[in-house]
Amino acid sequence: MLAFVVRRLFYGFFVVLGVLFLLFILFFAVASPDDIARRALGEKALPQALEVWKVNHGYDKPLWPWQARDNLLADHFRSMLSFDFGRSDADDVPIARRLRQGAGVSLSLTVPIFVLGLGLAVLLSLFVAFFRETYIDTSGVFLCVLAMSVSILLYIVGAQYLVAKLLRWFPISGYDPDLRVVARFLAMPVLVGVLSGVGGDVRFYRTVFVEETSRDYVRTARSKGAGELRVMIFHVLRNGMIPILTRVVLAIPFLFMGALLLESFFGIPGLGSMTVDAINNNDFATLRVMVFIGSLLFVLGQVITDVSYSLVDPRVRLE
Amino acid sequence: MLPPYLWSNLAVLLLFGAGVALGVYLRRNRLWREALSSLVRRRPLAIAALCLYVLVGLLDSVAWVGGPAAGADTVAAHEARSVIDRVFAGTPESSYSAPLATVSFYGAQPLESPRGHLLGTDILGRDVLYRTLKGARVALLIGGLTSLISIPLALLFGVGAGYFGGRLDDAVFFLISTLASMPSLLLLIALIMVMGRSTLSVCVALGITSWIGFARLARAETLKLRELDYVQAARALGVRDRRIVLRHILPNLAHLVVITLVLMFSGLVLSEVILAWLGIGVDGSWGQMIDQARDEFSRDPIIWWNISAAGGALFGLLLAVNFIGDALRDILDPRTLREDA
Repeated sequence: MLAFVVRRLFYGFFVVLGVLFLLFILFFAVASPDDIARRALGEKALPQALEVWKVNHGYDKPLWPWQARDNLLADHFRSMLSFDFGRSDADDVPIARRLRQGAGVSLSLTVPIFVLGLGLAVLLSLFVAFFRETYIDTSGVFLCVLAMSVSILLYIVGAQYLVAKLLRWFPISGYDPDLRVVARFLAMPVLVGVLSGVGGDVRFYRTVFVEETSRDYVRTARSKGAGELRVMIFHVLRNGMIPILTRVVLAIPFLFMGALLLESFFGIPGLGSMTVDAINNNDFATLRVMVFIGSLLFVLGQVITDVSYSLVDPRVRLE
Repeated sequence: MLPPYLWSNLAVLLLFGAGVALGVYLRRNRLWREALSSLVRRRPLAIAALCLYVLVGLLDSVAWVGGPAAGADTVAAHEARSVIDRVFAGTPESSYSAPLATVSFYGAQPLESPRGHLLGTDILGRDVLYRTLKGARVALLIGGLTSLISIPLALLFGVGAGYFGGRLDDAVFFLISTLASMPSLLLLIALIMVMGRSTLSVCVALGITSWIGFARLARAETLKLRELDYVQAARALGVRDRRIVLRHILPNLAHLVVITLVLMFSGLVLSEVILAWLGIGVDGSWGQMIDQARDEFSRDPIIWWNISAAGGALFGLLLAVNFIGDALRDILDPRTLREDA
């Protein structure tokens, strides 16, 4: 077990190195430091101004190790792997500070979406699977496909119009870390987040559950006299959790990254809106850090998935 | 010599041609013919809807220079205009107009064509129905061109890695895990920011981020197929690798290609909507229309027809494609492709 975890972590480390190299190719070799400086300062910036900007942001070195000992490739790997992310290209704020401030805010949005979404999706899909091959099942799947075909942008605009403008239940957007009022600001983004994801999830979980109901152990349980409801909850649900876990555990690390659209539409100052700002301001330094952290979390999530597999399913051996 | 403005029109025609050729080729095979007819039986409405979108997209792809332009617009007279452009020629207004706007915005100019706008006009006086119809071509282009980039890429890497194994497999698997571990939306955005904004770079970026899932599936399937008796027999008879891959491996992946093609489509178009909102989408797409119209939603009196037209058209296309994809998966492959998360 331990040997497996160590080996997976080792492989994951190499994957992260690969990601860093790809990032370097993208942000230094393809978009050269000159391009980045010009994007930051504008097309008509003087050459001297570009040079000064490059010196200030540490872009004034040669790219590759064979050009000079002190090069950008080494800098890039060193700063990322030591989590010393430096300053934003756009406004010189330390990126690490932004990350610390934004992560908590993002979690306050994404964790409720995750928990409520998972609970709702499992409940609904069990319900639909219980009535499999009846009109309840067919119309349930129909509704799911309907929900999946709507862009999240439309969900957001629609909710803001209907819930906030017409019904005036919640503020249109905004955020206040004060615990007494934060729920008022988070209610609508959480609602939209759950709704936009639930269609695809229910459809997927339903397939899993329906497939489980044709297994031998289900027939055995029925012949022992277990009622259909009992079979669903105590037998099918537990066995169906394995494929569901793969999908769910992998999503947990990304909760830290926040939700790009929800945060920026509802004015929540988390990591998602920070990323959107970075995109709009051509802030390549912040964007690099976000991609790096995202892949780091993904690799960790994969290791956790593999380990949790062995905990849930005794048949899985980690070799 | 082709004028440069025709390239995207040519791309749509090529896509359509490829689709027709594929259809004709598939009809010759009994299994595929039965699958197709059972698809038509199960999803007649969705297929009719998809055909309608394709027809509109094609009508917008046949473009030529000349003919009467809109009013006294001398610039337009020298540009290639499609069938759709010509149908809607001569209907510019100055701003929002009848029949949907009840109040006149920016002064009361008389309407150029009082009965000409079924879905009203947008803030610049462009006909909404016209822009919505033009979006069909863009959406089909995004989905189609991207699939043309990503599916061959996935087959090349996936089948190569699965069939030859060894070092190549290790290298491809590493590449796949590396790309898969990057947040796909951020990678997409980074690629477009680095390559610059254009229809082609959006499609290339989408292609690069979307081939991974199918490559993984193709690799796993090839690993299985490679061990089957008839492949072993072919190898024992001294058949070359290239021939084995072409004759025995690829035809057995064909159904997965078709299913992936359809299932991928809606994801691609939905991604473009998000890109459009970030200001790096494709010009003339429904995503861009929705993005431009979302502020109008808070006006008073509310401007609802822009966003509803674009959103409705998008919804209709995705609904049709999703239903067809579901049915296709049931018909062609009930087991292996449950849904990659």
